[in-house]
Amino acid sequence: MKFTLSWLKDHLDTTASVDEIAETLTDLGLEVEEVEDRAARLKDFTLAKVITAEQHPDADRLRVCQVDTDEGVKQIVCGAPNARDGITVVLAKPGTYVPGIDTTIGVGKIRGVESFGMMASERELELSDEHSGIIELPSGEVGQSFVDWLADHDPAKVDPVIEIAITPNRQDALGVRGIARDLAARGIGTLKPEKAVDVKGGFPCPIGVTIDADTLDVAPHFAGRVIRGVKNGPSPQWLQDRLRAIGLRPISALVDVTNFFTFDQNRPLHVFDAGKVTGDLRVHRAKGGETLLALDDKTYTFAPGQTVISDANGVESIAGVMGGAKTGCTEETVDVFLESAWWDPIHTAYTGRDLKINSDARYRFERGVDPEYTLPGLDAATQMILDLCGGEASEVVEAGAPITTARSYPLNTTRVQSLVGMSIPKDQQVAHLTALGFSATGTGDVLEVWVPSWRGDVQGEADLVEEVARLASLTRLEPQPMRRTQAGVPAPVLTPIQKRERAARRMMAALGYNECVTYSFIDAAAAALFDGGDDATRLENPISSEMSHMRPSLLPGLLQAAARNQARGMMDLALFEVGAAFHGGEPGEQGLQASGVLIGHSGPRDPFGGRRAVDVFDVKADAEAVLQAIGAPAKVQVLRGAESWWHPGRHGKVCLGPQKVLGVFGELHPKVLAAMDIKGPAMAFTIYPAEVPMPRSTGASRGAVTIPDLQAVERDFAFVVDAGVEAAVLVNAAVGADKALIEDVRVFDEFIGGALGEGRKSIALTVRMQPTDKTLTEEEIEAVGAKVVAKVEAAAGGTLRG
Amino acid sequence: MDGLDSLRSTWLEKIAGAADEATLEEFRVAAVGKKGEISLKMRELGKMSPEERQVAGPALNALKNEVNAALAAKKAALGDAALDERLRAEWLDVTLPSRPRRQGTIHPVSQVTEEVTAIFADMGFTVAEGPQVETDFYNFDALNIPGHHPARAEMDTFYMHRKEGDNRPPHVLRTHTSPVQIRHMEAHGAPCRVIAPGRVYRADYDQTHTPMFHQVEGMAIDTDISMANLKWVLEEFFTAFFGTKVRTRFRASHFPFTEPSAEVDIQCSFEGGTVKVGEGDGWLEVLGSGMMHPKVLQAGGIDPDVYQGFAFGMGIDRIAMLKYGVPDLRAMFESDLRWLKHYGFGALEAPAVHSGV
Repeated sequence: MKFTLSWLKDHLDTTASVDEIAETLTDLGLEVEEVEDRAARLKDFTLAKVITAEQHPDADRLRVCQVDTDEGVKQIVCGAPNARDGITVVLAKPGTYVPGIDTTIGVGKIRGVESFGMMASERELELSDEHSGIIELPSGEVGQSFVDWLADHDPAKVDPVIEIAITPNRQDALGVRGIARDLAARGIGTLKPEKAVDVKGGFPCPIGVTIDADTLDVAPHFAGRVIRGVKNGPSPQWLQDRLRAIGLRPISALVDVTNFFTFDQNRPLHVFDAGKVTGDLRVHRAKGGETLLALDDKTYTFAPGQTVISDANGVESIAGVMGGAKTGCTEETVDVFLESAWWDPIHTAYTGRDLKINSDARYRFERGVDPEYTLPGLDAATQMILDLCGGEASEVVEAGAPITTARSYPLNTTRVQSLVGMSIPKDQQVAHLTALGFSATGTGDVLEVWVPSWRGDVQGEADLVEEVARLASLTRLEPQPMRRTQAGVPAPVLTPIQKRERAARRMMAALGYNECVTYSFIDAAAAALFDGGDDATRLENPISSEMSHMRPSLLPGLLQAAARNQARGMMDLALFEVGAAFHGGEPGEQGLQASGVLIGHSGPRDPFGGRRAVDVFDVKADAEAVLQAIGAPAKVQVLRGAESWWHPGRHGKVCLGPQKVLGVFGELHPKVLAAMDIKGPAMAFTIYPAEVPMPRSTGASRGAVTIPDLQAVERDFAFVVDAGVEAAVLVNAAVGADKALIEDVRVFDEFIGGALGEGRKSIALTVRMQPTDKTLTEEEIEAVGAKVVAKVEAAAGGTLRG
Repeated sequence: MDGLDSLRSTWLEKIAGAADEATLEEFRVAAVGKKGEISLKMRELGKMSPEERQVAGPALNALKNEVNAALAAKKAALGDAALDERLRAEWLDVTLPSRPRRQGTIHPVSQVTEEVTAIFADMGFTVAEGPQVETDFYNFDALNIPGHHPARAEMDTFYMHRKEGDNRPPHVLRTHTSPVQIRHMEAHGAPCRVIAPGRVYRADYDQTHTPMFHQVEGMAIDTDISMANLKWVLEEFFTAFFGTKVRTRFRASHFPFTEPSAEVDIQCSFEGGTVKVGEGDGWLEVLGSGMMHPKVLQAGGIDPDVYQGFAFGMGIDRIAMLKYGVPDLRAMFESDLRWLKHYGFGALEAPAVHSGV
């Protein structure tokens, strides 16, 4: 919402400065977004006088002028037809920026004649669209500042423009008068009384109006009148200046009047060319399928139920949204029908939204327009048309009646102070509300407050509290300590899952991974590679096709990040993310994941020959470290058969039983990598923190540790087995040989093929025996060894390697 | 006894001149070994008269001790020399690079989320979470934003696809963290103090907007909580967060879910093109807040005649950018490795109130 200072002063008697007004508006909740000081861009222009103007020797349309300036007589070449002796002009000296042509003037030669400046037109100074000649001033001294001259003779041209942001509740602040009322209530001047206008109709209105019975709920009141014999044309300069200042294009007096009331009083109006209206006007709901060419030159087709205004020829206007082109006013309009109506906010909002029309009228009707001002607004606008265009007004025709808005709410003045946390005495609360047009009655703590017709947004006590608070000024609010909920040390607040999320994140960073935060939505193709991309997780209105589906996994986003980094030459990557992935489109169909991606080499090349390509056992170690960090049990199974995006032979699911998957690690499927533009192989893991069982005990105690005094014994065994036999089979068998004595079994070597023959491999184990009560004898060790061999050979089908 | 002086000088000279441990050992055997020259002399003591022995005995003993000491000293010196020689040969070029080790980082959004959590936890706020795909009810209606409300249009909402025949209002990607207010009230009632950090979504992409960003919601409900308490909590928070005393300015505003509502600015200076929080007399808008609307309390099952409370919503990315001087929001979500390393935090830099956030 924009307005000028002088426009505001039509309604507000004040001596406050622009700065003071702007600061107060912001404090009141009418946040000032910009104060445009239009004098600023004109400050370098000065007045000058043309002494002589002679024909340019080489150009028919140019004149060479000698111009008297505050810096002496200068030669200026000018193409304006009105450049002639004796006129007072506005001068741009070399070095002056001219806003209308976005150019800084320099000294130049024009067709061989030197020119030391420019004499400006109104358009070049953005004062109007006038560009038929340079500005000729009726008065002024050589060297006088043009801004000063304007301030004395045409103040509207240097009127500061204030732009404020309007929150959706403040319908009243969509008119300059409402803004003035707020300022006056705060004590920045006084609100000028409304001019009483009472136009007497000279003849019955030739156009009748009706509202269909089934439409009265959304169109309760429609009024208008014909003004005949008007002379439409450009509106007067002051009106054009105002509209231009707030960014509107002046069209014609009749249209400009309606725009003026839209912004002056938040009273949108519409003018029909009465000569083009056939028969009477009828407000009704569209049947569906009717069409209208509207004033924006677009054709709209109506859905059943939308409210329109028709004459005998059909639909001519969209109620509260936009008029029709056919019955619009033109320069030739002689008889005009002026409409002032009240349209239901919600209904208007839906109609505007469905038709995708954003108009000043819709914007206002959907936020609310003062229903009691329908007829006064009609009269005031009629008077302005009569003043500007002449003519004769008919009597008012009216259908329906203004809706009743009279209502009151109790206001507990003590609760107000408890909510705001500020002392605002009761009589001050009453004064604030009264100044805003509310009326308060009642004696005790609880007032009965009546709401004015222009505040449709006030629907309860809470709204009244807000009015009191903003008038009392929240800038004055003093902080008050909020006491702790409990004395002493604050209790821990994180849930177990929140703690796991943090532990996983910090562990992955500790393992050398860089955390990414990627978008939660990805493209359909990438989502599909990870079992997503279906309709359930599809956005109806994505911002681009790259962001059309909720991610089914963190991996596609990380792989896209990796591909971007590879494209920039960063080939060794360890990236991770912790966050939600989505398996459906219902609330809660999301789960926490922690994923890492490892690509390239273990590090840069080094002098020690330690560089190697990353492999599955890197991510296995990292996955195990993260699982350990979030409290997963040490004993897990590694199974195969995870999702299709893993390399079928190079991945493992970390499980507690076949159904309970804590995480997956492995190499990603080459097809997936190719589709995602990843160069080379990529290792990855995903952990599901919520799948890790919660510890049974909540106590901190870990029990006593047993540290045997006796030395442990290690024995090595190598077995030859089929290459397809998994090492875990051998390890589990060995562990089972003597559960009491065998503390640990580790694989320390694997050798495939070679002398063993095709399809065979050797697995070497170290078995660690820990006696607890007496040192083991060589015979006892031998006996355990024999059991290990027997168990392993039985389980793995292998033989001890000699 | 004659000749002891020449014996001393002969052996001491030889020992001093020994080039290595083997030669030194030869000399030891030859001088003080079982059949060494000095040992043999000592055997002769038995043949002497007691008078002679009284003179020669101590002299020979002294000589033997002297030679033994010289042998030991020489042995140590030779050992040191040999070790010095070995160490000289073991010289390494320590300007060679260290063995590579990857340096992981924590994203600033995570770091700041933990910082915010640490500070509010100290003030008794717990941490709540909610779904990112939300129902129309929780995201809008329960927060006093009915279907026709202009605020809905202004929020640039992402809608989820609806199957044909499913006539429920489409779900949305939550446009703010405020729905967690309702879910938390439903689950836990009043009184309560809670923050809810998380991802939120709006269909907007330009220099200062990304379609996904992070917010933290705050809510405190009790019988006597006021807007002045809110101001205190926020000033305490910002002061702890930025590590310098920060004043706030409350400006009246309007949000459908709070009444009265205020936009909150923090004190800062804009000199030299950089924003410095906690100094100067400029103001920077950082969050929206207010006293919870009675309808919102009711939607959460709480009696607004008994309880009152404040709520606020603040951009995590925004305060992260302010604190750590991140110039471009969009880069936060682009995962450029150089950016991650520059703006990231070490694994062990976990924020805590006692160590500073």
